[in-house]
Amino acid sequence: MMAALEVRGLKTHFFTRNGVVKAVDGVDLRIEPGRVLGLVGESGSGKSVTGLSILGLIDPPGRIVEGSVKLDGQELVGLDRDAARRVRGRKIAMIFQDPMMTLNPVLRVDTQMSMALRAHESLSKDSIRERSLAALGRVGLPAPEQCLTAYPHQLSGGMRQRVAISIALLHSPSVIVCDEPTTALDVSIQGQILQEMQRLGAELGVALVWITHDLAVVSSLAHDIAVMYAGRIVEHGPTEDVLAHPRHHYTRGLLDSVPGEGTPGEKLAQIPGSIPALIDLPPGCAFKARCGRADGACETMPEIADLGQGRGARCVHPLEAA
Amino acid sequence: MTRRDASPFIRFCSEFAENRLALFAFSVVVIIVGAAILAPLFTPQDPYDIGKLILGDARRPPGYVGRGGYVHLLGTDAQGRDLWSAILYGLRISVQIGLTAGAVAFVVGGALGVVAAFAGGRIEALIMRFVDLQLSFPTILLALVISAILGQGKWQLTVALVASQYAYFARTAHGAAVAERAKEYVEAALSTPLSSGVVVFRHILPNCMPPLIVVATVQIANAISLEATLSFLGLGLPVTHPSLGMLIANGFQYMLSGRYWISIYPGIALIMLILAINLVSDQVRDQLNPRLQR
Repeated sequence: MMAALEVRGLKTHFFTRNGVVKAVDGVDLRIEPGRVLGLVGESGSGKSVTGLSILGLIDPPGRIVEGSVKLDGQELVGLDRDAARRVRGRKIAMIFQDPMMTLNPVLRVDTQMSMALRAHESLSKDSIRERSLAALGRVGLPAPEQCLTAYPHQLSGGMRQRVAISIALLHSPSVIVCDEPTTALDVSIQGQILQEMQRLGAELGVALVWITHDLAVVSSLAHDIAVMYAGRIVEHGPTEDVLAHPRHHYTRGLLDSVPGEGTPGEKLAQIPGSIPALIDLPPGCAFKARCGRADGACETMPEIADLGQGRGARCVHPLEAA
Repeated sequence: MTRRDASPFIRFCSEFAENRLALFAFSVVVIIVGAAILAPLFTPQDPYDIGKLILGDARRPPGYVGRGGYVHLLGTDAQGRDLWSAILYGLRISVQIGLTAGAVAFVVGGALGVVAAFAGGRIEALIMRFVDLQLSFPTILLALVISAILGQGKWQLTVALVASQYAYFARTAHGAAVAERAKEYVEAALSTPLSSGVVVFRHILPNCMPPLIVVATVQIANAISLEATLSFLGLGLPVTHPSLGMLIANGFQYMLSGRYWISIYPGIALIMLILAINLVSDQVRDQLNPRLQR
């Protein structure tokens, strides 16, 4: 099957006064229609910049220096401004964390939806209303008609995020990049929205790139997972396999840091140290300073090793397969 | 329907009505403006018609029955003008100039500020540094210089007021628009083929309105008092069309001879109008301040 989105060797660097920040430094992703890819990593790992790079939303001093992003076979890197604008919102959409920031507080939902529709198509008032209602109905909003004439402040956080999602769905894009869209919501709403998204992705054949730091979210939603560290993907594979038997020491550490059913008062496990500064990253594996298994062999940057069954890990000393 | 569901404008009005003082001030503004607009209906004399002025009735105290056969409620000035009529006609000019200057400054300044924020780079630097430069001079000085160059007259005065006041609107609009420009919905709109006009007028501008409205209410009061100041100094309107400022200036020399009414009554009218506008604008500011939102 042709991939909905294929990212090859993507490098996004920020040219700051203090030096070059290699926020994304060689990322490969591939996702097929109707599937969900979880892009996991801690703050500063480059997962959000990857998402923005896919849509070409990197502002100076940042720039995509290398690599390719193919959407349904169409190359997006290097598109001129107008061509990129015709793609964004129609063939690829993005959902952000805070729906209070993504919806304009002074415009009613119907106005914002009609603007999103008219940006790409010329439609009659009736068909705008029809498509807006259909999109709102699809995301499980109980009263789409009332929602249509509401201002964002009249909606709850969960409803707002659903509205944002339905705006993203208006043009039936091939890919939606979701940058932690459920982080700001409480757990029960989060669960509902994850379920809706999973259903929508499968029904409409939309490929979802789900950026998050929350492994619990990924485990319940994503078919595949890619773990990012310091601008690179360090491990990828089918979600269940990766979470059950991680092969990279960083993934292991992340899983161990999830507070589980420990005894109260017991010290929580954590990865020692913090993510290195991305300016002048020392050569070799970026994780070596925090890794218990590091030795002389880690002084050269390992490539992603193919471990079979769709799995790969960027490690000289991968953990044993179970 | 609860108040939360009503449209923003209706919510704004019902909140405004909760403050008795502001409501009272607003009705004072409405009455004064109404009386000023309909001045010919409430006045016994046209104070601008020199042919009808009777010099023999000059400087008469309030309550004097003149040769025209009517009572001079607030007395007469040095040219024999009925003060009550002169005040209403003067208010008419003041309100007219204040509102026009305020509205034009609002549009010009608001547009400049939003354009500067939206365009960024050199255009922004050019516009905003010029505005900063202008704000570093006292408003009255600038208004004086411009009206001295342009001469007397209604539109000359309006131009002088606009030129000295638009900078406040530009500054405010720029600040609000820069904050708005960074919001995700603006970035989202810009990243699709929506035209820049739609983004500026539908997304950015409406979000800049609350602070602009607050500045507008304050600046209209300022425009009126600035107009009075310029007229007081003899730079405003021709002597044959005295506005409030000139009435005060004309009566000034008679103050010590006991003929207080020529200056005092126009002064009271001016103070009432400006105070009422300021009370209204205080309430508007409190309501539009996001930090005080209840």
